[in-house]
Amino acid sequence: MSIRTRNWLLLAPAGTLFLALLIVPLTVVLVFSFGERAPAGGVVPAFTLEQYANLPARWTAFKNTLTLAPIGTLAALLIAYPLAYFLAVRADPKWKTILLVLVIVPFWTSILIRSYAWIFLLGGRGLPALLEWIGIDGVRLINTPFAVLVGIIYGYLPLMVFPIYVSLDRLDKRLLEASSDLGAPPWRTFLQVTLPLSVPGIATGCMLVFILLMGEFLIPAMLGGGKVFFVGNALVDLFLQSRNWAYGSAVAVALVVIMLITVTIYMRLLNRLGARRDDVAIM
Amino acid sequence: MKHEGYDASTLAAGQKTIAEFRNVSKRFGSVLAANDLNLRIAKGEFLSFLGPSGCGKTTALRMLAGFEAPSEGDVLLDGEVVNNLDAHRRPVNMVFQHYALFPHMTVAQNIGYGLKQQRPRLPKNLIAEKVSKALDVVRLGGFETRRIWEMSGGQQQRVALARAIINEPKLLLLDEPLAALDRKLRKEMQIELQNLQRQLGITFVLVTHDQEEALSMSDRICVMKDGRIVQVGSPQELYDRPRNRYVAGFVGTSNFFDGKVTKVTGTRASVRLENGDEVEGSPVSQVSVGQSVSISVRPEQIKLHRSGDGATARVLNRIFLGEHTEYLVKHDTLGEFLVLSPRQSELNDGPFNTGDVLFASWEASAALVLDSK
Repeated sequence: MSIRTRNWLLLAPAGTLFLALLIVPLTVVLVFSFGERAPAGGVVPAFTLEQYANLPARWTAFKNTLTLAPIGTLAALLIAYPLAYFLAVRADPKWKTILLVLVIVPFWTSILIRSYAWIFLLGGRGLPALLEWIGIDGVRLINTPFAVLVGIIYGYLPLMVFPIYVSLDRLDKRLLEASSDLGAPPWRTFLQVTLPLSVPGIATGCMLVFILLMGEFLIPAMLGGGKVFFVGNALVDLFLQSRNWAYGSAVAVALVVIMLITVTIYMRLLNRLGARRDDVAIM
Repeated sequence: MKHEGYDASTLAAGQKTIAEFRNVSKRFGSVLAANDLNLRIAKGEFLSFLGPSGCGKTTALRMLAGFEAPSEGDVLLDGEVVNNLDAHRRPVNMVFQHYALFPHMTVAQNIGYGLKQQRPRLPKNLIAEKVSKALDVVRLGGFETRRIWEMSGGQQQRVALARAIINEPKLLLLDEPLAALDRKLRKEMQIELQNLQRQLGITFVLVTHDQEEALSMSDRICVMKDGRIVQVGSPQELYDRPRNRYVAGFVGTSNFFDGKVTKVTGTRASVRLENGDEVEGSPVSQVSVGQSVSISVRPEQIKLHRSGDGATARVLNRIFLGEHTEYLVKHDTLGEFLVLSPRQSELNDGPFNTGDVLFASWEASAALVLDSK
């Protein structure tokens, strides 16, 4: 067998999967999006832009996704960074592994079950009841953007913690000593050395969380109670309830296009930041 | 003596103290990394801490830099106790073992880092000017915009040096700075470091486990063992008058013969070796009858002859080194020892070949009687 054949064999399983489960369905969705709704729920092939013209009707879903996904990403970053920093720089090596395992322990339980837990926590007999007991009345948490945000941050935090942890853990601690030796107080060492050198981790974490959040539907469905819904929820509704596949496809295509645009802009910004270096692969 | 640690807190007349260890000890948990250090470092000198890994030399350096605080005693800089002064407030800079250059910055940004930290802020063009001057000093002019990973090991070493000297520190600390370089480059950098030190007049404090490096560059060497200072002196002093067997073995090469003192007369002592032979030697410090000692004889002090006096020795191995020839010889009861013969003696007596039985002798003044510790 030639090297060439063997290389193709190596790529074959993943390539087949990629083709069958990504390229083909995406093409189907793209074709559907130009079609018309069939009376029984399927798609009548056509070439019409009608579905795209109707997109503004689902504006709320797009608005929710495009505000809560970035806010959720940012909030996760702000919570994850100090945690990752503690784990990588400050934590006693003896405890490091245990603490890291604790970060991923939630993953051992289904997100569905964990979201139910949040429904109870944020629901009438959970936190609001506790707040009432100490004298703060009338707080409603469940089925609000806040509840969705809490669920999102909780669910995606480990995905943000790990890449940042890795970049901080790989950081040569002597660089921090060198900075201090050259006269920089701790906070300036952080801004000038630690933070720039952890940009690859931040970039990876934000990208991971943001992309996954854009397609999220479970958490808004459970904690948003139909009041705070994402594009993902709109898609579920259009494909499974309304059975309007053509319109659903147009919404899906719009989401993919928005994601491509944001991710491209994001990468451009990163590269301009000078984060592209040969010793640290970003992605 | 009040304490076992070597007291090196005296300097020659006219020398000004820039840094000092006063009864300094440092504990890491149950490990005593530095044990009662007493040392004065003279302004403008090139001092090396020499010893094997784990001897406490790096701990001593890190206490000067401000990365570690002493558990006991005081570290002084320019007459002031600085035990708990943070590293970023000390007028001291360090060249790190693996350089610790900032990978996300250019060469110029690395070198200018120290100046950029000064408050009130220095004008940008002044920083640029000083950076370019520092680059000239380390012969890297024009490399300002290069990235660190584009530089060779030797060049990175120079960048690290430039970055450390640009603040004109009172002490420049060097932590095994040449360890990562190949032999040829190391030799070059040794000479360059020495020149730089004279040119800048900055006090250099070097940490090394390489005796050759310490001997070739330093004004004074501080030999350490197990957290203690064993001896401080010029390279010549340490070589000619080592305080004990450890120093003699660490500074240069030597042959040791163990025995007990039987008689002390004036500047000579008689020592009965383990094989029963009695030899004469010169004590470096006070010895008394009955004391366990080591006789130390440098390989170049031993003469080999075809005939005459001396101990019989069989040549086991011969290495021709050009100017000198190194012989490994074996005595029936004293064991193996090294002899370094100058070219001239070979020309007179002919080359000694493996298997030849010869006579080895040395002057009593070349046989140092040392504390066997």
